[in-house]
Amino acid sequence: MARLNVNPTRMELSKLKKKLSSARRGHKLLKDKRDELMRQFMILIKENRQLRTEVEAAISEANRYMAVAGSVMQREVLETALMLPKQEVELEVSEKNVMSVYIPEFKPKYRSGDTNDIYSYGMAFTSIDLDGAVSALSSVFPKMIRLAEVEKACQLMADEIEKTRRRVNALEHIMIPDYEETIKFITMKLSENERSTTTSLMKVKDMVLKQSHNFH
Amino acid sequence: MYKAAVIGDSASVSGFAALGLSVFRETEPEKITKLISRLAANEFAVIYITEPAAALVRDTINKYRSSKLPSIVLIPAIEGNTGEGVRALHEAVEKAVGSDILN
Repeated sequence: MARLNVNPTRMELSKLKKKLSSARRGHKLLKDKRDELMRQFMILIKENRQLRTEVEAAISEANRYMAVAGSVMQREVLETALMLPKQEVELEVSEKNVMSVYIPEFKPKYRSGDTNDIYSYGMAFTSIDLDGAVSALSSVFPKMIRLAEVEKACQLMADEIEKTRRRVNALEHIMIPDYEETIKFITMKLSENERSTTTSLMKVKDMVLKQSHNFH
Repeated sequence: MYKAAVIGDSASVSGFAALGLSVFRETEPEKITKLISRLAANEFAVIYITEPAAALVRDTINKYRSSKLPSIVLIPAIEGNTGEGVRALHEAVEKAVGSDILN
């Protein structure tokens, strides 16, 4: 470990001691932060996984319907049927603070009050499979919104955990040992100085006594 | 108010139009890249993108990973599930924990 480049004085010693104690406190706090972040992250990951499985299953089902609809209807008719949607969705975005990570929250707002009012076409010229596809998508949509929320939260928290872990490691393995070593160095140097002063004083005393009293 | 968008090939994303999401039928990498940055700047909070389309513009998607908005979510296309979406989850775990502990 590298000793810091400072003068071995009492002033520096007391400064370093203060720095060491705040580094230790910071280390403890960051470690707690990391542990709590990790706990929250694991909960989110679990939810994320569950949601993803459900959403993927529902979308695959909708896609199957869509494939059938596409084969029994003409492409143009299918596109026309979906061209002018009745429903319109907007998102209200708010923020949640989890251990100083700001994660977004989405709340869907529908234009028409009736969320089942989703079929933008007459039933006469479209296949029933198209209805199946649209209804499957519509029923999974709240989960898709939640998935977007959770997925973003997971990404942001993973970043924050990584950062916090680096900080904890830097404090634990570099800063604190450096401070400790420098403090030890200054303490040694100071006591060495003290000893040297004491011996030279003894020597001077001897010389003075010798001169004044001719004392052997 | 923020909006939600869906990007992908026509067959996979048409259904979402009925729900009132903004649907963009794009399959070329350059166009998707441009589209994503335009959407991000224009108050789109959530972008759903099909897995094959996402595979074409992976760098662009990674760029938005650490920003708060938009949230880009991968969804399976009509050809089936490629597992790309789950992989992103594993990457996040690996980044946070140091190793992939999900399996």
